[in-house]
Amino acid sequence: MDKMPGWADAVLVPLISLILAAILSALVIIGIGEDPIAAFKLMVDGALMRSSGWGYTLYYATNFIFTGLAVAVAFHARLFNIGGEGQAMIGGLGVALACLYIPWPNWYVALIGATVSAALFGALWALIPAYLQAKRGSHIVITTIMFNFIAAAVLNYVLVNVLRPQGAMDPATARFPEPTHLPTFQQMFSTAAEPMFRGAPANVTFFIALLACVFVWVLIWRTRLGYEIRAFGNSESAAKYAGISPVKITVVTMLISGGLAGMMALNTTMGEAERLVMNATEGAGFIGIAVALMGRSHPLGVLLAALLFGFLYQGGAELALWTNIPRELIVVIQALVILFTGALDNMVRMPLEKLFLSMRRTPKPDKRSAQTGPAE
Amino acid sequence: MDFLTLLQVLDSTVRLATPLLLACLAGLFSERAGIFDIGLEGKMLAAAFFSAAIASITGDVWMGLGAGIAASLALSVLHGLASITFRGNQLISGVAINFLAAGLTVLIAQDWFSQGGRTPSLIGAGRFEAIILPGAQSLAGIPLVGPIYSELISGHSVLVYVAFAMVPLTWWLLYRTRFGLRLRAVGEAPEAVDTAGISVVGLRYVAVGICGILCGVAGAYLATALQAGFVKDMTAGRGFIALAALIFAKWRPWYALYACLLFGLLQAVALRYQNIDLGAFVVPVQFMDALPYILTVVILAGFVGKAIPPRAGGEPYVKER
Repeated sequence: MDKMPGWADAVLVPLISLILAAILSALVIIGIGEDPIAAFKLMVDGALMRSSGWGYTLYYATNFIFTGLAVAVAFHARLFNIGGEGQAMIGGLGVALACLYIPWPNWYVALIGATVSAALFGALWALIPAYLQAKRGSHIVITTIMFNFIAAAVLNYVLVNVLRPQGAMDPATARFPEPTHLPTFQQMFSTAAEPMFRGAPANVTFFIALLACVFVWVLIWRTRLGYEIRAFGNSESAAKYAGISPVKITVVTMLISGGLAGMMALNTTMGEAERLVMNATEGAGFIGIAVALMGRSHPLGVLLAALLFGFLYQGGAELALWTNIPRELIVVIQALVILFTGALDNMVRMPLEKLFLSMRRTPKPDKRSAQTGPAE
Repeated sequence: MDFLTLLQVLDSTVRLATPLLLACLAGLFSERAGIFDIGLEGKMLAAAFFSAAIASITGDVWMGLGAGIAASLALSVLHGLASITFRGNQLISGVAINFLAAGLTVLIAQDWFSQGGRTPSLIGAGRFEAIILPGAQSLAGIPLVGPIYSELISGHSVLVYVAFAMVPLTWWLLYRTRFGLRLRAVGEAPEAVDTAGISVVGLRYVAVGICGILCGVAGAYLATALQAGFVKDMTAGRGFIALAALIFAKWRPWYALYACLLFGLLQAVALRYQNIDLGAFVVPVQFMDALPYILTVVILAGFVGKAIPPRAGGEPYVKER
């Protein structure tokens, strides 16, 4: 036995990484002459203590669930989809086209239609990098980065030259028609006596994000395809021997991943802005990387990590409003989380493994005798 | 298009290609040694901020350059720590470095200067000035050659000449020295280098360090020569264009120069003309912006000559026992 127990790997490693990231963030806050404890209190106050704060936290979390799941699904096939940002942008285009050009009778039919459209557009944007990886061996990280920039250019062109209404100045589409407006949490949960989630952008898309978590769990752990994806991710050669087509898995996984990233646009475009604007994604595609890493690519983990980042985002906005700490603090925290849970994973894992080993060491310290001895 | 306009576009091409070239060569050293680096962008950004900040505080642009290089080197060490020492995922480490730089630069800029995440504008000795090469004035009258010499070749800041001089230097270092041979070997077959009794870890750290220095110069050029001061996210994807150029050049120094000049030209044309009317149809400015990335994908796809990265690229080296 030279491994840590499963729970330590799944809970302890990310937790320690998170604490390290938090300590460093606190040092950064001290470095710019602010009080980290007061800052944290302010964040909790603004993000969790009022229902409108929760409304924002959940709104941001919805974005991060989608993009986090997108990265997580790709991780299971050992593919690093860094193109969630671009896929979400193009997904937004899908949402906008569906909402603007199809006369929907009411919001739930519109939501289903827009979901399909968003997923389709996002998936298509992931198809070319996936195909190139599978068939031509082009590194998917590089191609998806390139496709982020190409997506930004495409969106810029379409918004400026095609979808911008006559006479409008800013590069955005017209407002979506009334039947496509999604119910917000304020409309769903407020009673006459007690208004809830006042003014917050959280909307019904949050529940679609929860459904997506369930979908991904079922897909990865309860279907044949999910088994093939995990097998491919663990060992490509073994998967090939078992008759799993690498081309098929790569393409299908990336299509699912791109579709999930594209669905993020439902929340920002259809749920909040009710029109497509230039920078609708606001970097959520990249936060998906941090979320997936922290959530260990498990839907439950992704959900929790997305909630944490939703809290950080809303709390960060509060900080920028009330203190001298700019919003960019969140980008730093995000970077530290990616660094510790992703790149420096071994730095946390190695000492922890040693610790567990020394704790379970039996009174025969000689390694060789332990190996040749009877199984424990 | 008359001759003078052409010269101006080419002049602007040289200016815009310089940061790309420096970052591209930086990536070349790192990736040839088997360490993928998508953190070029972040390192340039950190260098841009610290060079502008120190240059504006001390009023000495050379101090700024030093600070920029130091900042970029610090991030390089972090990348080395994550990807060489702790054998982490090099791509994820690069992503983290990009975000770290994007966040920290604005945070520190706000703390130091309180100008909304920018530094004060650099004046006088706080900037790299244009160097007028000898004879540029007197030769300007000669037709054709004169304007090319005085407008295009003369009148850039010292870092531009450094960047262009780095190309033959890099070529010589990689292909004509023992160090270069080992560096290339460590990116192709680290186990062979290890067997020969040369430290894989040491070589890779040196490569990542050179990458940090060059990124530092690239960032300092952006903030203290091309522009006069740091603004938020001022690298604007240049690190990724440099990465694209590196792939386009198939990890070779001279081709890196051509690729960076090509991408610089695209930027210069997009900057000057916006939408280009070709008569039959109009080329939108967004297409020009996206062209470096599209070209890179085409090259990566292997339809026009295949780009094969160093064989051991992206994989941490584990010594055999």
